[in-house]
Amino acid sequence: MNNKNAKTKDWYTRKNRLIYRLAYWSGAYVATMAVANFGPRLLWDYNQLLTIGAIILNLLAGIGMILVNIQHLNVLDELMKKIQLEVMGLSLGVAIVAGLSYSLLDTTNFIPFDAEIAHLVILVGLVYLTSIAVNLRRYR
Amino acid sequence: MKNRLKVLRAECDWTQADLAEKLEVSRQTVNAIETGKYDPSLPLAFKISRLFDQPIEQIFEDGAETNS
Repeated sequence: MNNKNAKTKDWYTRKNRLIYRLAYWSGAYVATMAVANFGPRLLWDYNQLLTIGAIILNLLAGIGMILVNIQHLNVLDELMKKIQLEVMGLSLGVAIVAGLSYSLLDTTNFIPFDAEIAHLVILVGLVYLTSIAVNLRRYR
Repeated sequence: MKNRLKVLRAECDWTQADLAEKLEVSRQTVNAIETGKYDPSLPLAFKISRLFDQPIEQIFEDGAETNS
């Protein structure tokens, strides 16, 4: 029984630890993205070596974030995995469909500005957050 | 799919959080199963069956079979 309790506590501890690790890696990704984006202009006057270093650091943080996210998904229980699957399917669909339509609007000059990938990232983020909230409410 | 999870849990005087901890799932998952919003996988159903020491068919009721 003690062994069973310890195993259960292990699962909760592992899950919580991975949530913190995911938050840490996401934070690192955002921070290195900010450094790589603003650093050349504000910190090192477009020094190429520092710029490529910052971009590589950002890439590595991104890879770390992806790997931890996979670990986090694997430790979720089956309902949470189902919710994540639906939400990610929707987010990926929106990213492809809206992204290509947005790109077409740009290439056919229907919009007076360049289609920025940042706009797509914001859209996907909002879709993800909204659909997570809706799905969590649905199964509450 | 209907089930007797809520009744069995009440008989043991467990909260949803207690049961969730024993099954290694979130409290929300226990609630979704109890309210019939989510049908558990076979491994989770077996886990529930072992926990309450009852056969699966005494905990979960196949709606399709009942209707026919």
